[in-house]
Amino acid sequence: MSRIDTPAAGRMQTIARNPVMIALVMTLAIAGCSTKKNIPGSAGELGLGGAGAATPGSQQDFTVNVGDRIFFDTDSTSVRADAQQTLDRQAQWLAKYPNYAVTVEGHADERGTREYNLALGARRAASTKEYLISRGVPANRLKTISYGKEKPVAVCDDISCWSQNRRAVTVLGGAGM
Amino acid sequence: MIKSSFLRALMVAAGLLAAFVAATPANAVVEININKGNVEPLPIAITDFLQGELGQKISDVVAADLKRSGLFKPIDKGAFIEKISNPDAAPRFEDWKVINAQALVTGRVTQEADGRLKAEFRLWDTFAGSQMTGQQFFTQPENWRRVAHIIADAIYERVTGEKGYFDTRVVYVAESGPKTARKRQLAMMDQDGANARALTNSNDLVLTPRFSPNRQEVTYMSFENNQPRVYLLQLETGQREVVGNFPGMTFSPRFSPDGQRVIMSLQQEGNANIYTMDLRSRTTTRLTSTAAIDTAPSYSPDGSQIAFESDRGGRQQIYVMGADGSGQRRISFGDGSYSTPVWSPRGDLIAFTKQSGGKFSIGVMKTDGSGERILTTGFHNEGPTWAPNGRVLMFFRQNAGAGGPQLYSIDLTGYNEQAVPTQGFASDPAWSPRLE
Repeated sequence: MSRIDTPAAGRMQTIARNPVMIALVMTLAIAGCSTKKNIPGSAGELGLGGAGAATPGSQQDFTVNVGDRIFFDTDSTSVRADAQQTLDRQAQWLAKYPNYAVTVEGHADERGTREYNLALGARRAASTKEYLISRGVPANRLKTISYGKEKPVAVCDDISCWSQNRRAVTVLGGAGM
Repeated sequence: MIKSSFLRALMVAAGLLAAFVAATPANAVVEININKGNVEPLPIAITDFLQGELGQKISDVVAADLKRSGLFKPIDKGAFIEKISNPDAAPRFEDWKVINAQALVTGRVTQEADGRLKAEFRLWDTFAGSQMTGQQFFTQPENWRRVAHIIADAIYERVTGEKGYFDTRVVYVAESGPKTARKRQLAMMDQDGANARALTNSNDLVLTPRFSPNRQEVTYMSFENNQPRVYLLQLETGQREVVGNFPGMTFSPRFSPDGQRVIMSLQQEGNANIYTMDLRSRTTTRLTSTAAIDTAPSYSPDGSQIAFESDRGGRQQIYVMGADGSGQRRISFGDGSYSTPVWSPRGDLIAFTKQSGGKFSIGVMKTDGSGERILTTGFHNEGPTWAPNGRVLMFFRQNAGAGGPQLYSIDLTGYNEQAVPTQGFASDPAWSPRLE
């Protein structure tokens, strides 16, 4: 994980390329070009809710209507305020559907060395897990795994992608440690 | 695989050929001072070994090795005047001096009655008019590339005074497919990129392979069964086993110099600490105990010290401690963050990855942290590994906009950067030790 030095001139661009904006645009694009009911994973990949016709209590319901992922600041493992809202929804959902165990997958962006990013991803998964526990999710329903920087979802060479890759994804079931 | 029997045969059979001409005079000119940095490469004529196609292939590999080192400049064969018909006889030195070949290599490859290959070569100092060295090797014909590398090592050593590094291999992570669904396999190749082959073939994520000191084993990290752990792979048999029974992710493994221990990080909740496991007794020892990320441990070649990275002080920095975990102290104090320390096989330097100003560099520093030198810098350079003579580093680089990482080598002096050819994308190179 490196510090990203954003030059002053680049700041406008950074704001304009806010990941939420990008995600919204992409969601619309997907909705607009497809007439099929579900695009598995697509909305989930973007971590944003959209009005889905998902069956309540399903994986689809969780990823689309609750939001399966949160994002982190560079080099940071603390749960941001916007992420807390997502995790609060996750905790409520998991309380409603108590049969699910989940795995929190921690990820880092590519601007760091491999070994450190494995640990950083694990730290993000751990802080996410702790937050969910603080919101009443029993610890024995939560596992974690870190993929470091090895599984990016957004691919480009600037912060608009890196900020989407610094994430923790809550996966129903899953296989962590 | 690395057949020790092959090596033994090779070494036992290796013998010095009697010098034809009088011993090298004191005023021999063929000598490279490797410490000087950007040295002028030595013009050398490498003739086709007699006879036939195999002889030519061997001399081509010798020439390619020496050229890639940046210390030699093989002369175009088209410029040669004398045609060597008897590699045992002294050449016509005048013919070689005219084309400015300061050194000359002649050789011969023959098949023994038992099917083995006999390869012999002589290195001549053309200006002194003398033989510098001559050796012969016996091996199975399929090992001809190794013989060529061993000959290149002998020439390199005779001229530079340093051990060569051509008869070595590299383990690495071979990468294929798009970035969002990258397939990674462990692979091994000769240091020049030849003889590449996969060591694993599954969809499990595998990372950070490292050779054992005897080159028979590789320790690495695998996500097999979604349980990210450190593994041990026997190269000859392909047998795999998990190293230790730790209650969490283990990663960033490396062997101790005596090969008896694997040192690695154990992740527990938000913290990573460094442990060793004795491979015989299976006992584990915890070496660090912080609420931080301590990882990338690397032993000093005498096994008495360990370099590692930690963010205990905020950003990642390089620390050194005794092999028992005592005396932990920070040694990197430059601008930016430092990671992946790797102790030089000569013991005098630590190579690292440095992140500063949005760039990733490969550099070296003395083991007390002084004398930092950056060898290469760019969008993303990571994970140095030392050639066994401590003169060359290999690392991986991802350029902005590139589809994936590639391997590069660079001299300790910062000169002679070379792309290392691989089939697809490649990362996490680890250079093998030399077989003594």
